[in-house]
Amino acid sequence: MYQILSIKGTINFLRHAVPISMISLVLVLGSLTSLATKGINWGLDFTGGTVVELEFSSPINLEQLRTNLASVETDGAVVQNFGSSRDVLVRLPVKEGVATDIQVAQVMDAATTLDPQVIQKRVEVVGPQIGKELAEQGGLAVLVALICILIYVSFRFEWRLAVGSVVALAHDVIITLGVFSLFQLDFDLTVLAGVLTVVGYSLNDTIVVFDRIRENFLKMRKSTPEEIVNTSITQTMSRTIITTGTTLVVVVALFLKGGTMIHGFATALLMGIFVGTFSSIYVASFLAIKLGINREHMMPVEIEKEGADQDALMP
Amino acid sequence: MVMIVIAVGFFYAIPNLFGEDYAVQVVATRGAEVTATTQSTVDELLASKNITVKRSELENGQLLVRVGNGEQQLLAKEAIVESLGDKYIVALNLAPATPDWLESMGGSPMKLGLDLRGGVHFLMEVDMGEAIRKMTEAKMSDFRTDLRGEKIRYAGIRDTPRGIEIKFRDAENLGKAERFLKTRGNDMVFDDISSGDNYALRANLSEAYVKQVKEEALQQNITTIRNRVNELGVAEPVVQRQGAERIIVELPGVQDTARAKDILGATASIEFHMVDEKADAAAAASGRISPSSKVYERRNGGQVVLQKAVMLTGDHIQGAQPSFDEYSRPQVSINLDSKGGSIFSNVTKDNIGKPMATLFIEYKDNGDKNPDGSIKMQKIEEVISVATIQARLGRNFVITGLEHAEAQNLALLLRAGALIAPVTIVEERTIGPSLGAENIQNGVQAMIWGMAVVLIFMLVYYRGFGLIANLALTANLVMVVGVMSMIPGAVLTLPGIAGMVLTVGMAVDGNVLIYERIREELRNGRSVQQAIHEGYGNAFSTIADANITTFMTALILFAVGTGAVKGFAVTLMIGIATSMFTSIVGTRSIVNAIWGGKRVKKLSI
Repeated sequence: MYQILSIKGTINFLRHAVPISMISLVLVLGSLTSLATKGINWGLDFTGGTVVELEFSSPINLEQLRTNLASVETDGAVVQNFGSSRDVLVRLPVKEGVATDIQVAQVMDAATTLDPQVIQKRVEVVGPQIGKELAEQGGLAVLVALICILIYVSFRFEWRLAVGSVVALAHDVIITLGVFSLFQLDFDLTVLAGVLTVVGYSLNDTIVVFDRIRENFLKMRKSTPEEIVNTSITQTMSRTIITTGTTLVVVVALFLKGGTMIHGFATALLMGIFVGTFSSIYVASFLAIKLGINREHMMPVEIEKEGADQDALMP
Repeated sequence: MVMIVIAVGFFYAIPNLFGEDYAVQVVATRGAEVTATTQSTVDELLASKNITVKRSELENGQLLVRVGNGEQQLLAKEAIVESLGDKYIVALNLAPATPDWLESMGGSPMKLGLDLRGGVHFLMEVDMGEAIRKMTEAKMSDFRTDLRGEKIRYAGIRDTPRGIEIKFRDAENLGKAERFLKTRGNDMVFDDISSGDNYALRANLSEAYVKQVKEEALQQNITTIRNRVNELGVAEPVVQRQGAERIIVELPGVQDTARAKDILGATASIEFHMVDEKADAAAAASGRISPSSKVYERRNGGQVVLQKAVMLTGDHIQGAQPSFDEYSRPQVSINLDSKGGSIFSNVTKDNIGKPMATLFIEYKDNGDKNPDGSIKMQKIEEVISVATIQARLGRNFVITGLEHAEAQNLALLLRAGALIAPVTIVEERTIGPSLGAENIQNGVQAMIWGMAVVLIFMLVYYRGFGLIANLALTANLVMVVGVMSMIPGAVLTLPGIAGMVLTVGMAVDGNVLIYERIREELRNGRSVQQAIHEGYGNAFSTIADANITTFMTALILFAVGTGAVKGFAVTLMIGIATSMFTSIVGTRSIVNAIWGGKRVKKLSI
């Protein structure tokens, strides 16, 4: 039998909780600072504007394309390689009084003078109004998700655990956003989808730990809350590592093989899974303890019923 | 039970293995019909051009001809267009190559999103302000006729930013008017805003009525756009409302966006007005003009004064065909619906011998923006013809004085219907077909790599139980594909493929939880059977809780996301549901079949 962890006894995870929480706090503050100073590099979906993806027959000189694009209509164009040296992405800001058709036509003109065989692979035009709405909806979605989770977890577990899990989720979201801000990665709709998936995933981890905490509170009647949390984390540790591992594997596959269009999505997930696993263990449980969780909180009627259910399954 | 569910999933996943055929689709427009004769004509035609037809089917009045490859498809289209003429719409299509027996049982492959098959996506916004303005104008005109008809004297009616204001000379007339107008329905809300000697009534469209007007404007636009899209000859287009003011249009396979936009974006309508013969053109030019008339530009130069009252609006137009008069001058023959016909016959009866003008109204995006960032539409009004009414006009009549191309264009636009409110394109996404194919390839690659590693790991780490988990994982993936194919509205997008890949990684979680629990129970000295029971029993609520929360976030994503992101949410939700089934129920039944009811000393876990 292979065993990733062969743990004898219980690891005292919470012994390091204070210094680790400090690291978390620093990361969150760092992310917030970056968000406040550098902001997020909002993608086309949120700012509005025009994106043209071109495929040239051979690698071209980006500088030359930029020079060709220096007309009034296409002023402020951002030109960058996208995936390979032959693929180029041209992004144009919204221009008052300039029809987007003209912008796209000018980009094509500029590109054709460099390479007559250039192919227009993708054009996206988003009105500024739509962008603003999408941004509002996106922010709202994250908030609604967190609130729904808060309600669900309070209902299924206990408010101290619910607060713990939601703070852990907020922690994950902030740090993921912070990374996108720090490296000025493009933040588009798929990244938002990634962030929300991170919320779901990270919660998954938290719930597995909490479930065990609840069970152990009922089983280990003589232990302190700290001991119970430590035991629960230890017991679920190998599961956490394996699931995180398999999920990371597929996300890495997406990151490496999925192509440029979902690169942002994969990046958000990659970040989120790291931070999320870590926060389920430290942030969520630690906060629940600090909020004074104890056995009485774990004794609502419905939990007793569940215990009874499980006994009936015994042979 | 488990076997049946999985078998159904497998069955509906099968059509995805067959791929697609290049096909040409022929649909008739008004006045024509696709019949067996058409089919044999097309078959013979293609045979004569050496184009091999794989299969040609006639179904629901449309003909689908499958050919060998993309090159032949283009040739076939050109040949068919040439031979059948413009009474038929000929579109390029990709038809699923699902065998008949499978198709007859409801099997069909997953629908691919635009990001995977290439095409254009438009988001269009209906200008509701204009719809309300038009309705207000119609109401003002109603007030005038109604009050005059009731012999209630009023001093003036004008449109103000706060509503329509009707002025009276005295309180008596105001009272009479208010009582009378209130009996005319609930469309308007009236307020007495008299002060001192100013007797006035303010009328506003009621909230319910505004809502109704907006709804109608949206619905009308959807119908119109659908008609116009059909005119474009696109296979499987999507025209769908989004929220209260927007319409999504998706045209798979379309690459020529300029033409698509010209047809979709150009909103034109027609109004018929009487020419104000009393007005003196010179006086009118300098601004002295009766308040019920207005100066309009003529398309071929000059100006003309028209009465503001609209005799008939374009929404009564049912059909419009370009044709030629006896002198071979281009014209457009128009037929009206019965209501339009009776209105028109009424108004023209009293005006025989008088000139009537056809006003062509077009909204164009000139690049300006409103303060709130929405696109400002410029209203362009042009008198395209002034003709003397020769006789009482009924449901059928012609507009002359057009050039050939104009007649063609106008007929097309009129036929596709006239709009109450103009639309603008606020979002546009075009994906080339090569990028679509690339996206599919990337997604599948990521899936294969991710899945391979997970499968190997599970097998090595859990051995016998790992094999069972792998079976469950494979069954899960097949079921996701099967369910996606079964649900008519589900569309596979690139983020959707990402969702499937992610499901592969996360679906093993259920099994990992169960197996780890079983190992733990074994370590604690339980018997094999007890350990299995405990493992499945204890892990169940954990798995359920963990999955429900993920499901919730997916649901929220579905609610706020658009297009591709929605596709991701759908696959994620389906993946969660099927993975719970396979990892708990599915593996349990295998485990029971192998180890159940026996004395087992050691487990392969």
